[in-house]
Amino acid sequence: MAIKRREFLKGSALAAGAFTLGFMIPIKTRAGQAGAGGDTFVPNAFIRITPDNSVTIIVAKSEMGQNVFTVLPLIVAEELDADWESVHVEQSGVNAAYNSPWFPMMLTGGSSSVYTSWETLRKAGATARAMLLGAAAQSWNVPVERLATRNSVVTDPETGQSATYGELAALASTQPVPEDSPLKPESEFRLVGKDQMRLDSGIKVTGKARFGLDVAVPGMRYAAVARPPVFGATLKSFNATAATAMPGVIKVKEVPSGVAVIADSTWRAIKARDALEVDWDEGAHGSRNTTSMLEEYRALADTTGFVIMQEGDFGALAAAAEQVIDVRYEFPFLAHACMEPLNCTVHDQGGSAEVWTGTQTQTADRSKAAAILGYEPEAVQLHTMFLGGGFGRRAAAYSDFVVEATHVAKGEGVPVKTTWTREDDMRGGQYRPMTVHHSKLALDKKGNPLAWHNCVVSQVLDGFEELTGTKIENFDSSQVEGLKEQAYPVQSLTLEAHLVESPITCLWWRSVGHTHTAFLKETLFDEAAHAAGIDPMAYRLNLLAQHPRFIALLEKVKVMSGWGRELPEGTGLGVAIEESFGSIVAEVAQVKVEGKKIRVEKVWCAVDCGFAVNPLGVREQMESAIIYGLSAALHGQITIKDGKAVQGNFNNYPVVRMDAAPEIEVEIINSGAKMGGIGEPGTPPIFPAVGNAIFAASGKRLRSLPFGI
Amino acid sequence: MSILLSVNGTKYPVDVEPDTPLLWVLRDTLGLTGTKYGCGVSLCGACTVHIDGKAVRSCSVKVSSVGEQEITTIEGVSANGLTIVQQAWIEEDVVQCGFCQSGQVMAATALLAANPKPSDTDIDDAMKRNICRCGVYQRIRKAIHRAAELNSGEV
Repeated sequence: MAIKRREFLKGSALAAGAFTLGFMIPIKTRAGQAGAGGDTFVPNAFIRITPDNSVTIIVAKSEMGQNVFTVLPLIVAEELDADWESVHVEQSGVNAAYNSPWFPMMLTGGSSSVYTSWETLRKAGATARAMLLGAAAQSWNVPVERLATRNSVVTDPETGQSATYGELAALASTQPVPEDSPLKPESEFRLVGKDQMRLDSGIKVTGKARFGLDVAVPGMRYAAVARPPVFGATLKSFNATAATAMPGVIKVKEVPSGVAVIADSTWRAIKARDALEVDWDEGAHGSRNTTSMLEEYRALADTTGFVIMQEGDFGALAAAAEQVIDVRYEFPFLAHACMEPLNCTVHDQGGSAEVWTGTQTQTADRSKAAAILGYEPEAVQLHTMFLGGGFGRRAAAYSDFVVEATHVAKGEGVPVKTTWTREDDMRGGQYRPMTVHHSKLALDKKGNPLAWHNCVVSQVLDGFEELTGTKIENFDSSQVEGLKEQAYPVQSLTLEAHLVESPITCLWWRSVGHTHTAFLKETLFDEAAHAAGIDPMAYRLNLLAQHPRFIALLEKVKVMSGWGRELPEGTGLGVAIEESFGSIVAEVAQVKVEGKKIRVEKVWCAVDCGFAVNPLGVREQMESAIIYGLSAALHGQITIKDGKAVQGNFNNYPVVRMDAAPEIEVEIINSGAKMGGIGEPGTPPIFPAVGNAIFAASGKRLRSLPFGI
Repeated sequence: MSILLSVNGTKYPVDVEPDTPLLWVLRDTLGLTGTKYGCGVSLCGACTVHIDGKAVRSCSVKVSSVGEQEITTIEGVSANGLTIVQQAWIEEDVVQCGFCQSGQVMAATALLAANPKPSDTDIDDAMKRNICRCGVYQRIRKAIHRAAELNSGEV
């Protein structure tokens, strides 16, 4: 996708026909080489400047609403001193130059896009700028030190001479690549640190943005797949007679995940898929249900698990304690329910292939598609489309939707788009795991925490084993993330875990383990505050006194929310704070409880991500993360009956809509601490903030999600 | 069987089964992919289009039932440049992933046509049929109020 910023804001994009999709740029590894012999200056994998002074910035992360299409180019443009009003933004292809610092692959996830790209992109911009300056100095035969840059132009203040970056592009390509170009001090930032509006608004309010689902290539066919309804079931046999006779049906074929119907339209493919007679071998899980699983989890949580961490002697401290809070917290499976159902288009061209999809994991997807087709990864061109939400689901460790679509299209010779219906998507697994925590918190006479023992029961997330290449034994890191490094002072902390084998596939879901650990921790310490007879805000401020960033955020939401003010009967405030993905977020929720009805009226949020590169984007992501978490807190649960997911659509998997959306106020603290992530950290605190507010409003302590009174 | 559809001011003969949802005719047959598939059963609003100016869920409209009524999609609503609703959307930086936004814009456009100065309650009632998983509801509300101001020349 190539986007020119000015076109959005001026609205002229409307007149500009089709946007190029997934345009692949030539990338050379050595900058000096890159532009040699040409007039285009390609100093690195992120920048391309042409003689017409067009500055193109390449984005190697997937745009799924989190704003990487705006904020990543912004970082480059800042150091490059590019004219922000006229930069082009382009989606990258697959290239090792774009790999995550964590894994040898491209990855958009873990709230990491900005903070892991910050240095790289700044250096990319600064290096290019230095080479443009060198070109101007050479061209004018003046010392480089006296030259200045602004808005894609180099000027010589002494002579008044100036040249655009475009005019200098050819010469810049011949300049030596500086080893280390100085970066701007923060005081000189013109673009970053200030509210910047999105670059992709124009194409998204006019229907022009192309998501994976919108891919249309000549000769394309459409597929739908019948998958086993019971988790862990396999295909026994199928009868396609009726389906094959239906209009537009081109082919019915078996694929490893089920039976695929290829037709000449999506609707015809879905209808024929539904007409297939398929006999499944349900295997061992045809009677599985979440009610009995929960019983099993509860029982396990009361037994000793694998000891992940044991600091101090819980038993001795608990025996001497004034009181021990002994409680269980329970969490259901959650579907991501991205607005755009899963889909992937694959064109097997015989020896090479193209893939179009919205994905968070391009390298892995491409490798898996290539392996299925029997090609080298480089023979497969993967086009990253806009993602209609990701939330972790499109970072499928086993690339399930890409793998399946590749099997469907293999050998077909034409592009085939495999579309999942909403029900396919919601019942297709890859959930946030069902989880039970059993916590014991020993308090002293003053109500201060002495010792904490926690035992968690859940299952492995698919992704970790695949990414790390090692079999997970004993415990999954997501079971205790946020607990191992928690900030409350206790003399003893014991963390135990049980891993349960389950055919129900699980994956990271926006904020991963923090979705449950933050709720458990912030509810537990709220319970402790009440047990101690101390205001929950004051209790936290006292306990977290050694953590100035936590204190600043709590003080901030305390003022924002008017904590302590008189509230109407049935209305309460709840507070929670959680550090995740390198950032800390405090939230206060105001909740009204009327009978069985829970209404979240307002949320105040304070966030410290170190430094907000685009404060507007940060505030938007907090709003987004809060609503996403709130949907799960109030409604979200996938239950299993007879081995099948019960919920399939937004009727029985409801989400927060306009009429239930609280007003949200966000403030940012730029503490200057190491930069953290923004996509996920707003989600964890909303669960306990709302639960604690429900308690304040009604006296009912809810320890099981979703909330129900 | 060929059905004549009037979409964005142009008549298109389409050869599909009469029970085909209008959504898939727009997307697959006519290539108007601005209208999105989100749920297929009128629960999410991503497929909202106008039929004779009224907001409807195209996933639940049989193509044979449209007759001579005029269909307007997101591509047609802004054929002559950005509408005031779209301008307000951009000004308020409403979108995130954007997948639901065609439907949101179409729903808000129909709301403002029927009710030029909607209250918050009016907005709740009209817009609660449209889901946004990025949760941009607060900015949609602001943008609708903003569009109402722009429409009335109050700015």
